[in-house]
Amino acid sequence: MSVKHSLLALLERGPAYGYQLRAAFEGATGSTWPLNIGQVYTTLSRLERDEMVEALPENDSGQRPYRITESGRRHLAGWFASPIRAADRPRDELTIKLALAVTTPGVDVADVIQRQRAATLRTLQEYTRLKADDERPDLAWKLVLESMIFKAEAEVRWLDHTEAIVARAGLPAVPPFEPYDDGAEPSAAPFATPSVPIEEKR
Amino acid sequence: MTVLQMQGVNRVHGEGDNAVHALVNADLSVEAGELVAIMGPSGSGKSTLLNLAGGLDAPTGGDVIVEGTVLATLSKKRLAALRRRHIGYVFQDYNLVPSLTIAENAALPLELDGMSVAKARRIALASLEEVGLDAKLADRFPDEVSGGQAQRTAIARALIGERRLVLADEPTGALDSATGEDVLKLLRRRCDEGAAGLLVTHDARHAGWADRVVFLRDGRIVDSSAPLDEPESLLERAE
Repeated sequence: MSVKHSLLALLERGPAYGYQLRAAFEGATGSTWPLNIGQVYTTLSRLERDEMVEALPENDSGQRPYRITESGRRHLAGWFASPIRAADRPRDELTIKLALAVTTPGVDVADVIQRQRAATLRTLQEYTRLKADDERPDLAWKLVLESMIFKAEAEVRWLDHTEAIVARAGLPAVPPFEPYDDGAEPSAAPFATPSVPIEEKR
Repeated sequence: MTVLQMQGVNRVHGEGDNAVHALVNADLSVEAGELVAIMGPSGSGKSTLLNLAGGLDAPTGGDVIVEGTVLATLSKKRLAALRRRHIGYVFQDYNLVPSLTIAENAALPLELDGMSVAKARRIALASLEEVGLDAKLADRFPDEVSGGQAQRTAIARALIGERRLVLADEPTGALDSATGEDVLKLLRRRCDEGAAGLLVTHDARHAGWADRVVFLRDGRIVDSSAPLDEPESLLERAE
């Protein structure tokens, strides 16, 4: 998530100070990504250093509003114009976990998948419940929720697909590492044979 | 109040070495006001479970109890009457009778049960209104309305009269994403108003509308989620 670009986007609405920006960010994203005020001010300082925002005189309450500059505006336009590349996203722990599950001896892959699916579905149910709540009609909040719902759905579909592939293909035989030669007698079987109980198709 | 209860239900097709265990020891209950989603891969027994729950198929073991009546104790005639009065079905392809109008389709279970045409139509029109169908559509034929409107008609028919149990088999399969969601919202609302719903779906996004999700694999219920917390507590957590 880019705090920098989010703040620039919010400042396009007009000059604002840190607390206003934080409140607006949380309002726009349905409080999905809490932002601490320190992050806001640190980011504003960097943006000011890079001449993408400028600080205005403090108001009577001692709050200093910031205004987006032309350079900031260009930078923001560039952000909106470029798609987010998959490589920009953080590594996906679930993908890594499942990739390791199919190659780690003794792991019940079907069970790992089902636990994840149940948890993701529950999250999806919770999002759906929030979406059904008409008390919060603002579009930005709905949009963020929809995005999370579709991501959760995609994850469940991917889990279903992974389960089917694993059931069909069986698990790869993973050879143990080359034994480390410490001069001792080699042990019989340093790694158990992968065995995952996948119920037989009827 | 429990509307549907399945106790140790089995369904075996064939015998001996050729026996196929389509459903194994299924225990499930659905309360009034509850929507339960059934998920699982193709061939996992979802439709078998739904057919047994609706009395369209008979178990080879265990009991299916609808509104307090054990289906196996009923004669064919009484079972048909129970299905007509208590159980509604919603299918992917709507299953409306093409030669009957929208209102006549919705009124069909009541008319089959002996109600006068005029009275059945009155109830059908109210039922169509409840699912958000314009009265102007009542006298059109199924091929003259959209897929979403046809499915709304099917839901109106499924929950007409005293019927409180609705069994839906991939009800949004033929609809686009937004229309499908409208159908799910409608099903959800009817359950909130006191119906008991069982929804078979492949689509996790649709299962999201359910109170509980039951997972089937190879004829067995392998997992089942607990009901969600109240919406208020979810909102608090989201704040």
